[in-house]
Amino acid sequence: MDAIAMNDLHGLKILVADDTDTDRLILETIVRKEGHQVVSAKNGLEAVAIFKQERPDIVLLDALMPELDGFDAARQIKELAGDELVPVIFLTSLQDTDSLVRCLDAGGDDFLSKPYNRVILKAKIKSFNRMRGLHNTMITQRNQLAQHHQRLLQEQAVAKQVFDNVAHSGCLNASNVRYFLSSLAVFNGDVVVAAIRPNGNMMVLLGDFTGHGLPAAIGAMPLASTFYGMVQKGFSMSDVLREINKKLKTILPVGLFCCATMIDFNFRRKRIKVWNGGLPAGMIFHVADGSITPISSSHLPLGVLPEKSFKADAKYYDLESGDRVFMWSDGIHEARNSEGEMFGEERLLDLFKTNEDPVAVFDEVLLGVKNFIGSGEQDDDLSMIEIRMDSFENLNLPVANYAQLHPAATVEWELRFEVKPTSFKTFDPLPFLLNVLTEEPDLRGFSGSLYTILAELYSNALEHGVLGLDGSLKKSPEGFAEYYSKREQLLNTISDGYVHIYFTYCSNLEGGTLTLRVEDSGQGFDYAARIGKELSTKGYGGRGIGLIENLCKTVRYYGKGNKVEVVFAWVNDD
Amino acid sequence: MNVLQHIDFDTLNALKGVMEDDFNFLIETFIQDSHDRLAKLQKFSADQDADNIRRAVHSFKGSCSNLGALRLASLCALLERKVLEGQCDDLAVDLLVIEEEFFIIKQMMLDFLK
Repeated sequence: MDAIAMNDLHGLKILVADDTDTDRLILETIVRKEGHQVVSAKNGLEAVAIFKQERPDIVLLDALMPELDGFDAARQIKELAGDELVPVIFLTSLQDTDSLVRCLDAGGDDFLSKPYNRVILKAKIKSFNRMRGLHNTMITQRNQLAQHHQRLLQEQAVAKQVFDNVAHSGCLNASNVRYFLSSLAVFNGDVVVAAIRPNGNMMVLLGDFTGHGLPAAIGAMPLASTFYGMVQKGFSMSDVLREINKKLKTILPVGLFCCATMIDFNFRRKRIKVWNGGLPAGMIFHVADGSITPISSSHLPLGVLPEKSFKADAKYYDLESGDRVFMWSDGIHEARNSEGEMFGEERLLDLFKTNEDPVAVFDEVLLGVKNFIGSGEQDDDLSMIEIRMDSFENLNLPVANYAQLHPAATVEWELRFEVKPTSFKTFDPLPFLLNVLTEEPDLRGFSGSLYTILAELYSNALEHGVLGLDGSLKKSPEGFAEYYSKREQLLNTISDGYVHIYFTYCSNLEGGTLTLRVEDSGQGFDYAARIGKELSTKGYGGRGIGLIENLCKTVRYYGKGNKVEVVFAWVNDD
Repeated sequence: MNVLQHIDFDTLNALKGVMEDDFNFLIETFIQDSHDRLAKLQKFSADQDADNIRRAVHSFKGSCSNLGALRLASLCALLERKVLEGQCDDLAVDLLVIEEEFFIIKQMMLDFLK
């Protein structure tokens, strides 16, 4: 029924049930005179039958009737009405308290006593109709709420699937990984991500966002996508941590952050590199003697510090094959039993002390915590992960590239690149070259430095070499402007010349070098005069080379000064 | 306590206002119904069927009060209470009093219709 019909007092259908003809006749007439439609019944059975058929809005029911009395009829009518409020008004000359109580117990909403009073009846109908309106509004809103709730649950289920696919994926199914995630709410504020780097290392991150449920889980999405994006491309742990910290700091509201431990597993060197920001100390379980090395937090959680003050320095630990590394969220340590007591570090350590088979320790810890909680209530997300040191070949992972299986192999290549005179004005070779270089996983973390080096060498070759511009012009602000207007002019008219760029790349397990040689068609310069004062070069024109000398192992000029060779070197520390 | 009027004519006039053309029919129906009820009451009384007597006078009481037959309604109420309390010794007398009152108001109502 819609709201308009609800408020229209004259549109009501009213059932009058009375076995006394005169009483019924009087009531029918009064009700009809008030503008309502009347349906009548002579006994309780008829009243119920007519109610089913006609669905009246209000029922006026005599208490004592043959066949089925008013009390039972009222019960059946209320049952049939279900959610809808159908006011039942008992017509009665009963006066004793017990009888009136019986009327109410049977579901009656009010009484109308004989002799009937037209004014009172009218007022009662009006009042009950108003109540019916309120009731229907409430039922409609209740149904809407239920519907919204249902939709919310459906949406959450879908979102959770997306979330789980993003946040708990990667190589968590590797044979050396075991993990357990138990969330307090639909969404988990804890996140576990693991991926294999191009060099065959496994990178694992366990994070615990402040709070739990959806608000805590939402931060896991950017964390996970940054993690997978960067690890698979070969970025170092410190680069990945910096990027995640920066992202979380930017997007999370104040007070929301992520305690995390990140570990880079080098299976070949049997070494791990650990960064712990705010999570309880993890443990290295040395299988040989059953001893434990704690890996404690020495940093602030991710998403707290601004980019500049963030520290990504890590600790290194040497492991043996079969050693196990454990990480957990504080849900383990802070699990409470029914007395409100916390599980704590000591109980955890005891479990390791009494362990007899390293394979079982993961289950023993989970069982220990579960038994401890007993009938107590879980009040935080609870996560734990175990990673076993092993050789890469034993991990049963799909191999993405050759380097993962043969990380010790040396990689060497050369590349020659020439920019032709027609393109000096319009073509910028830098993004192109940088893309090529950062295809090498080892170089990915250095794209900023490589860009600086390339940009300086190329602009020197083009402007001082090919175009023959005098760098000393730039020493004064006026000269600076003149320099660039001349540059523009020359670029418009140039028809011959070249810039050659050569890369020689060489890397192995320990690190590598990238040699960049840039040769131009210009006149060169007296580089002998520079020797000995490389780092002291000042002024607008000299700034670039000084910077390159800081970034590179060596910088050397050749020939008449139109050839420069720089060597960029790095060491693999993980 | 004052002796009640036989008929409250305010009630009867109000009914006439509400019922309009159906008023005569209402009165005729009441008179016919009442004859039937009295016949039934005599039978229940002969059978000493207290429960049915109580029900019948209860219903009769309501119908009388709706038509302004105050004294008759009150006599019904008295009998209803007596039966309820188990005093069924003078049923025949009580019914006689009710019948007498009915014949009085029947005549008054028929006069009112004219």
